[in-house]
Amino acid sequence: MRYVVCIKQVPETTDVKINPETNTLMRDGVAAIINPFDMYAIEEGLRLKAKTGGTVTVLSMGPPQADAALREAISMGADDGILLSDRAFAGSDTWATSYTLAMAIRKIGAFDIILCGKQASDGDTAQVGPGIAIHLDLPQITYVRKIESIDEKTIVAERLMENGYEVIQAPLPCVLTVVKEINEPRLPSLKGKLAAKKAVITTWKAADLQCDPKCIGLEGSPTKVVKIFTPPARQGGEMLKGEPSEVVPQLIAKLKDAILGAAN
Amino acid sequence: MSDPIKINEKCVYCGACVKACPFGAITQTERKTVPVIDLMKCTLCGACVASCKFEAIWMKEKSAATIDLSSFKDVWVFAEQHDGVIQSITFELLGEGRKLADSLGMKLCAVLLGSNVQKQTDELIARGADKVYLVDRPALEHFQDESYANVLIDLVKRHKPNVFLCGASTIGRSLVSRVAVRVNAGLTADCTGLAIDPKTLNLLQTRPAFGGNIMATIETPNARPQMATVRHKVMKEAEVNPARKGEVSMETIAEVLLQSKARRLKFVPEVETTMNIAEANIIVSGGRGLQTPENFALLRELADVIGAGVGASRAAVDSNWIPYSHQVGQTGKTVCPKIYIAVGISGQIQHLAGMQSSDIIVAINKDADAPIFKVATYGIVGDLFEILPLLTQQFRKVLGK
Repeated sequence: MRYVVCIKQVPETTDVKINPETNTLMRDGVAAIINPFDMYAIEEGLRLKAKTGGTVTVLSMGPPQADAALREAISMGADDGILLSDRAFAGSDTWATSYTLAMAIRKIGAFDIILCGKQASDGDTAQVGPGIAIHLDLPQITYVRKIESIDEKTIVAERLMENGYEVIQAPLPCVLTVVKEINEPRLPSLKGKLAAKKAVITTWKAADLQCDPKCIGLEGSPTKVVKIFTPPARQGGEMLKGEPSEVVPQLIAKLKDAILGAAN
Repeated sequence: MSDPIKINEKCVYCGACVKACPFGAITQTERKTVPVIDLMKCTLCGACVASCKFEAIWMKEKSAATIDLSSFKDVWVFAEQHDGVIQSITFELLGEGRKLADSLGMKLCAVLLGSNVQKQTDELIARGADKVYLVDRPALEHFQDESYANVLIDLVKRHKPNVFLCGASTIGRSLVSRVAVRVNAGLTADCTGLAIDPKTLNLLQTRPAFGGNIMATIETPNARPQMATVRHKVMKEAEVNPARKGEVSMETIAEVLLQSKARRLKFVPEVETTMNIAEANIIVSGGRGLQTPENFALLRELADVIGAGVGASRAAVDSNWIPYSHQVGQTGKTVCPKIYIAVGISGQIQHLAGMQSSDIIVAINKDADAPIFKVATYGIVGDLFEILPLLTQQFRKVLGK
């Protein structure tokens, strides 16, 4: 079985601010990490490999520095890493990103399961996983919280819904996006760290993927960011002071109308 | 391939572009040198081009639209139904869609897929739909990613909507991501604001990024439909007017489009939940301060009295005090209720990202320096084990329960 895990390198914190003087994002000194949801995807790939045998390939599109994210995945136990890095990919939205990743997966050739985190912590779109699936004309199971069974032909997995879960059966190959509940990612082993250091990361450019130039980067991205701004700050709160017997009636007086209103 | 953006010899090293770049992609290491654009950070937004007084920045122009944008008409709303029940997000989309349709001078249409759902078209019309596209087939009884996407792709290709809105729910996000790729549409996730640009008539889609610390406005200038998923509980529901008239269009769909490789075997409702927190108008949420899983009973009691859903911080979920589906925050759910009551939650940035757009936030915590108080509308510093039972008891009296 061949597992391909798509990962993204993101800023470590979402606590980014806009510098009010220059109106620019202040993200200096913020470390880059693997998107937290992708950690669960890597871990699940490794667990599936342990069960069925096979290989886990990690795939990322990003700047040359994203090499570090791929090596981290290898230190956890992934077999190899592929980096898609090309200036021609600049300005990609989720359409172009999912196209580019799909083209790379086509080039990889034989694969059984593609794993993604449910979304990235910087963009929060949750669009790239299903995007890859449709570009490759594959079935998908999104928001996977548990894999119930897997064999060479079929997977049965639980999809987390707002009010419960669905059990879904899909033939392979198939795309899965996973939520945090699915597992607890392992820490890299010493052996893994050594392997990561020595690993040769394959880098592919647009030309290697035989991409249609109209479908990548800016040209392949229908959406355009026209403005970014800081949301209006919340109003400073009102502190209710006193003994519990005093503050509770105060709070109830403040909330009563809102609660009665919310009930409608 | 040549660079899509370049600074040329007209540059006078003024550094205006460095300041203008919202993404910190332009740096000037020394004065009197040409700034350098980091193409891996650059999103080609064009802010620097506009900032340069010397026309020294060249950016590759995106090709103009190759399709006739004017042939795309009407505002569509995907009507999400579970077991035949139209979900409230749909009514919110109809409320917002009405405004957009009116400013564009177009019709508001709902798209309903399901089995035996013909009666539900009345409800959609009463909430403002001028037209309902109905695909009523046994194979569509439950949501399935592939067949639902195939049907929508077919309808979009045939009827060419200008705007297509869908709820940012599990189903919505899984579904329209497939549709947008296949019909070459732009798709913006999880919008909290929608408007029509009066000049270009493009849909301006505003959404939070970086866990809500940054807002971005996005448009799709050269592609149609303009697709967006919309966050639950942000837009106002359309009012019901049973006297409204509308048209129902029964759509014929090729059998092959209804096939799906993946199959839903069963649905297991969560028993634990008192209320789905994505739907709840009020949420009572507990964190590490509750100390033990048993103490969540105190929260549930309050939740029952005031008709609230129960949420939790990551700390409480990671300690297995309550299932993951209750987790609010960056790695859990983003919620936007009318009232959010945080009990024993310190308010880590990751938690705030999931709830800070709630209308009213109440924080109860023993640590006066807890960051949750910075976003709280009302804060109480004190012992939750004293305050919580008292609050429940007095609410019961006040609300007559």
